[in-house]
Amino acid sequence: MRTRKSARAGQYLALLAYLVFLAFPFLWLISTAFKPPRELGSLHPTWIPKDPTLANFRQAFDEQPLLDAALNSLIAAVGAAVIAVLIATPMAYVMARHRTRLARAATGWVVVSQAFPFVLVIIPLFLVLKNLRLINSVPGLIMVYVVWALPFALWMLVGYVRAVPTELEEAAAVDGAGRLRTLVSITAPLLAPGIVATALFAFISAWNEFFFALVLLKTPEKQTLPVVLTHFIGAEGVADLGPLAAAAFLATLPSLVVFAVIQKRITGGMLAGAVKS
Amino acid sequence: MRTKRLVAMGVALLLMGSAACTGGDGGAEDGRITLRFQSLAWQEESVDVNKELVKEWNATHSDVKVEYVQGSWDSVHDQLLTSFEGGEAPDIIHDASDDLADFAYGGYLADLRDLLPERLKSDIPQRSWETVTFGDGVYGVPFLQEPRVLIANAKWLRESGVRIPTPEKPWTWGEFREITDELGDEEGKYGVAWPLKEPVSATLNLSLATGGQLFHRGADGKVRIRFGAGDEVVPRTIHDQVNTDGSASSSTLGSGGSDTLPGFFGGKYAMVPLGFSYRQQIVQQAPKGFEWQVLPAPAGADGLTQGVSPQTLSVAEDSPHKKEAAAFIGFLLQPSNMVRLALGDWMLPTGTGALRDPALRVEEDGWAIGAGLARYLRSAPAQSVRGYPEWKDKVATPAFQEYYSGAIGLGELRERLVRDGNLVLARYQR
Repeated sequence: MRTRKSARAGQYLALLAYLVFLAFPFLWLISTAFKPPRELGSLHPTWIPKDPTLANFRQAFDEQPLLDAALNSLIAAVGAAVIAVLIATPMAYVMARHRTRLARAATGWVVVSQAFPFVLVIIPLFLVLKNLRLINSVPGLIMVYVVWALPFALWMLVGYVRAVPTELEEAAAVDGAGRLRTLVSITAPLLAPGIVATALFAFISAWNEFFFALVLLKTPEKQTLPVVLTHFIGAEGVADLGPLAAAAFLATLPSLVVFAVIQKRITGGMLAGAVKS
Repeated sequence: MRTKRLVAMGVALLLMGSAACTGGDGGAEDGRITLRFQSLAWQEESVDVNKELVKEWNATHSDVKVEYVQGSWDSVHDQLLTSFEGGEAPDIIHDASDDLADFAYGGYLADLRDLLPERLKSDIPQRSWETVTFGDGVYGVPFLQEPRVLIANAKWLRESGVRIPTPEKPWTWGEFREITDELGDEEGKYGVAWPLKEPVSATLNLSLATGGQLFHRGADGKVRIRFGAGDEVVPRTIHDQVNTDGSASSSTLGSGGSDTLPGFFGGKYAMVPLGFSYRQQIVQQAPKGFEWQVLPAPAGADGLTQGVSPQTLSVAEDSPHKKEAAAFIGFLLQPSNMVRLALGDWMLPTGTGALRDPALRVEEDGWAIGAGLARYLRSAPAQSVRGYPEWKDKVATPAFQEYYSGAIGLGELRERLVRDGNLVLARYQR
């Protein structure tokens, strides 16, 4: 009995340590964002700023077009997520339900394509987008993000489709439902948590993406948040730490909000029906 | 079906081709030219000065408009490379001289020799032009530079009674070692903290003063590495301060310059060797009442000579308006404008006219000491050596880090820098 209790305590401790480990960078970021310059240079940094200030936020907004950049990021991320899911869902359904040699080869290729480094594709991509006159445009960036997110989105969704029992679709067919009706009324609702999770993945990867945006967007009014954040960093990695932390804190908020709104739906959907009552 | 597909492909190709042929060239139907100037300025004052200067140019040049484009030091090389390859590079490019070699040899940058105004050519000393000369061409205008200096706790130094060095009478490296030993104590206080996260450029640039060269170009034009007596002085001093005297903190060896500032403000270190522009952070972050001063780096047999990689302005080879771009650079680097840019970036101008400006000769914040060092600044020894980045990352950085931490001795350091280094360079010089 005592052994079981101490094992349980150990598990909680490990969990706590893991949570602290995960939370540390974000909490430190918040703390830094509210510290005046003199506290940033203190030998004994504190968690709670002694003399909290909003000056870093003011400076960040004064120096860089953060709102425009956030709007660009939002359009790019939402656009990429919606389009990626719209394309990937029917593809994933076909790949999951029709296990042909071609579908297996396609799945393999999808997995392999995840290993391509950015630098391998950026120059050909740049030339294609230039010819399409989509350089320095958010639609061009959305195109890139969709292409980049698609393999993983597809891979995720194939797993979700496979988790939906085919018997349900067969039962609907027996009850007289056509293929489209079955898909819309039976499969799609069961797939909803998976679609939401996939969209979330595509949204976050596009929201955080830096390199493509850096290369493809030229003018300041088109740039996204991750690119604008680098403007607080100088040669040899010297950083304007306060405004950088303030801007980075603001940049993480949308991801957190989206997660907070959606996570219940994802976990709820994932666990629904997991245990027979 | 097949015919339809072929027609669709043909139409797509035609569309792509026509789009490619009608790419913009910065010209307009009304004959006005628009130049894109990508600046890497990042500090508030510096960005403001750059934007003001662009505005001033646009107000007086109705036929050539300049558009300010904000770039960033982070990933500038990759971003420029992609832009060059895609034919979309900005007309005027801000970068650092040690980043230009690949672009210059790759044919991406315009040779500026016949484009720049005479006034600008003669205003910047030859030693600075050498930092942007690759082969026969000049591929950038060096305009801002920063020496490495010692930022010292003024009160600590004053109370210790040590001699305060000046550009006219600097410390020798031997004297520097003795002084740091004297300043440190047994209670966790150190005479110096070396932020050596990037140990190679710091060591090489400072070693010029002691006659260190490391890279030697032979009669056949090929570069080989030799580690002579002049190359030993700086690394040995740092190693001994950390490992023999205990006068330098070992914990800062893996740190960047900014990371050492809290310890400096907290009274743990008497001195920190930093780039000249770090003074801005010190002004912003130092606790009230903290007294600090700028000292020249120690001198060697070659005096205060030091290697630098200045910030530069270049023109893209693909720019259809090179002459206008060079004219804008000429305007931006007029002596009075160069002073404004230098003050905004807390750096030194390369121009001799700008260097004479009283604003850069004030005692406050160490400007006068820095300006006194400008004539000793030379081209960083390795910046035009092809293969240097690989040598630095794969061979020299780990070797110096291990040597400074005491893991290997001087013999092993020498062998790795020379033997492994020459193997790397040979691949680039076949």
